[in-house]
Amino acid sequence: MSDVILSAEGLVKYYPVKGGVLRRTVGAVKAVDGVSFDLHKGETLGIVGESGCGKSTLGRLLMRLEEPTAGKLTFDGTDVYRQRGAAMRHLRRNIQIVFQDPYTSLNPRKTVGDIIGEPFDIHPDAVKKGGKRRRVQELLDQVGLNPEHINRYPHQFSGGQRQRVGIARGIALKPKVLICDEPVSALDVSVQAQVVNLLEELQNDLGLAYVFIAHDLAVVRHISDRVGVMYLGKLVELGDEEQIYQRPTHPYTQALLSAVPVPDPTSRDKRDTIVLTGDVPSPANPPTGCRFHTRCWKAQEICSRVEPVLEAHGDGVSSHESACHFAEPRVVV
Amino acid sequence: MTATKENLDGTRAWKPVDGRLLDVEDLYVEFRTRDGIAKAINGASFTLDEGETLAILGESGSGKSVTAQAIMGILDTPPAFIPSGQVRYCGTDLLKLSEEERRKTRGSEISMIFQDALSALNPVFPVGWQIGEMFRQHRGMNKSDARERAISLMERVKIPGARQRVNAYPHQFSGGMRQRIMIAMAIALDPAVLIADEPTTALDVTVQAQIMQLLADLQHERKMGLILITHDLGVVADVADRIAVMYAGRIVEQADVYELYRQPAHPYTKGLLESIPRLDQKGQNLSAIGGLPPNLMRIPAGCPFNPRCRYVQDVCRTGEPPLLREVRPGRLAACHFSEEVIGDE
Repeated sequence: MSDVILSAEGLVKYYPVKGGVLRRTVGAVKAVDGVSFDLHKGETLGIVGESGCGKSTLGRLLMRLEEPTAGKLTFDGTDVYRQRGAAMRHLRRNIQIVFQDPYTSLNPRKTVGDIIGEPFDIHPDAVKKGGKRRRVQELLDQVGLNPEHINRYPHQFSGGQRQRVGIARGIALKPKVLICDEPVSALDVSVQAQVVNLLEELQNDLGLAYVFIAHDLAVVRHISDRVGVMYLGKLVELGDEEQIYQRPTHPYTQALLSAVPVPDPTSRDKRDTIVLTGDVPSPANPPTGCRFHTRCWKAQEICSRVEPVLEAHGDGVSSHESACHFAEPRVVV
Repeated sequence: MTATKENLDGTRAWKPVDGRLLDVEDLYVEFRTRDGIAKAINGASFTLDEGETLAILGESGSGKSVTAQAIMGILDTPPAFIPSGQVRYCGTDLLKLSEEERRKTRGSEISMIFQDALSALNPVFPVGWQIGEMFRQHRGMNKSDARERAISLMERVKIPGARQRVNAYPHQFSGGMRQRIMIAMAIALDPAVLIADEPTTALDVTVQAQIMQLLADLQHERKMGLILITHDLGVVADVADRIAVMYAGRIVEQADVYELYRQPAHPYTKGLLESIPRLDQKGQNLSAIGGLPPNLMRIPAGCPFNPRCRYVQDVCRTGEPPLLREVRPGRLAACHFSEEVIGDE
C-alpha cells in the first residue's frame, strides 16, 4: 500500500550473554526475534505484551536507539539502518519517542523550556531563527500546559503534567511517527484519561502515526486502530482492533484478554477466565517450535517441533494474521 | 476486653463479635514533616466482617496504604502520628495496646502482603527460613519443624518443587513466585484478617489472574476477612464484596460492589468509572477528571474534591467537608448532591 509510512521486516535484536573467565559470548537474550509489520499514515498500531516480551526493545529499534542484529526498517521508502550522519539526523526528525516514566526521562536540572527546546538545538533549521522560545510556548499550549511555565523545572509538575512535557518534546520536530512506550502506565487512573485524550487530539490535529506500546490491554484497545500481540520476542497475532479483541485466534491472546479484569461486577460469572500456569520462559532460552507451547492448553506434538508462521488462516478461521497451528476464534471478552 | 488468653495449641485467641472482625472508627493519621503537617487520613471509618472482601480504592496519595499500615501498626512514629481514632479488632482497640501486645497480633491475627515482594523479602536469607521465622518467633517451633511447615505452606501457595526450593533466595524466584512466598508468610499463622496492599500491581495480567485466584481460594478456605487495597477498578469489580473509595484521606463513598458500579453516588467515583477505557467496549469517549488530587498539606476548604467536581456549588467550597451519610439503604457517600449524582445517568 502506498500509505505505509514505516515498515519493519524481520527485525531481530539479540543481546549477548557473556560468561566464563574470558567473558566470551555464551548465549544471547533474544529480545526481539523476527518482527515484521507496516505502519500506515495517521494510524495507531498498538503493541501489547507482558514484561520481557520485547515490546520496549522493539520501540527502541524503531527509533534506532538500538542497532538491530538483523532486519530492515523502511521509513517512507528510506532504509533507516543504512543512513549515516546528517542523513540519519534528518531522518530522526520524523520518528520521535515518548518514554514511560516521566520522572526519569526528563533532566531534573533543566527547565521545561530547555527540555522541549533541545530538539531545536540539534535541528536548528526546524524553527525560524530566534523563534525557539515562541515555538516552545506554542508546544506547551498545545499539550495543555501553561506557556508561562516555560522556566519551571520538572519537579514542579505532577506526573501527568510531566508526561505532557515529554509529549511536547516528542512532537517538537513535527514527526510523522511517534513511538509511545508505555506513556500512561505510570499515571493515576484519573490522570491517565487526560493524557490518552491529549494523544488522540494531537493525532487528529497533526496526522501523526503512533506505535503505542503498552501492557494495559484496555488502553490499547481504546486508542489503537490495529493491534499486535507479542510473546517472547515475536508477534503472535496481528489484526485490527476488532479482530484482536472480539475474535482472537491465538491461544496466548485469548488467555491475555481473558485475564484482564473488567470493571463491571456483573460480568464476574459470565466470563470464562483462562488462567495460564507457570511463568513466561526466559528469552535467553526460548522453547523450541512455538514459543508458547509450554503454557498452551492446545499444544500438540507439532507445536514443540515446528514454529508456526504469522499468517492469515483460510477457511474462514481468521482474516487476520495469527501464528498458531491450531488457530481458531474464541470469544473471551 | 473480649479476647481470651491465647491457647497453647495456637487456635484463635480472639473471637469476632457477631462476625465483625474490624471496626475502624474516625481514624486520623498525619505526617509531621519539616515542611508542615501532611494530613494523610482525615476521619476514615469502615468495618470488615468474617469472610468478607472489602476493597479500598483510591489513587496515589489518597491514604489507602496509610490506612492499611495504621491497622497493622507499622507506621513509623515520627513522622506518622495518630491523633485520634479507633481500630477495634474483635472489640479491642488495637491503638491502646502496648507494643508488645500489638506485636503478638501481627501475623497471627492481622497479616499483610505488600506490592513489591522483592523489597519486602530479605535478600540475604533463604525464603524457607523467612517463612519458618513466623513459626519460630510466634509459635516457638524448632528449626526443623518450622522448615517442614514452610515447605507445606510453599506447596499450598503452589510453588512448584517446594522441597527443592526451600533454601533458594528471593532473587531466584520470578515476580509471581515471590508474591506467592509473601502470601505464604502472611497466612502462616492463620490470621483472621489479611490486608493485601496492591498485591498484583507489579505483576503481568496472566500472573495477576493466578495470584488473585490463589487469594480467593485461601480466603474461602480459611474464612479470612480480606482488605484489598488497589487503584485497579477491574480487580475490584472481580473480587470485592464491598468498596470504600478514598480521596484525600477520606472515605467518600462506601457501597456494595454491584450498586457502586451501577450507580455511583459520589462525583469522584463516577468520574473514575467514566475515565477508564473498557476492554469490552470500543469508541466511548474518556471523560477525564480535570485537575489533580490535592496536596495533603493544603487540602482545600469544604469538600476536598470541589476544585475538580462537575456538580460543585457554593456550599461545597466552604466550611467542613460533607459527612459520610446514608444516601440509600446500605449506601454511604460524602457529598451534598449524592441523590443527584445517583439519579444522573
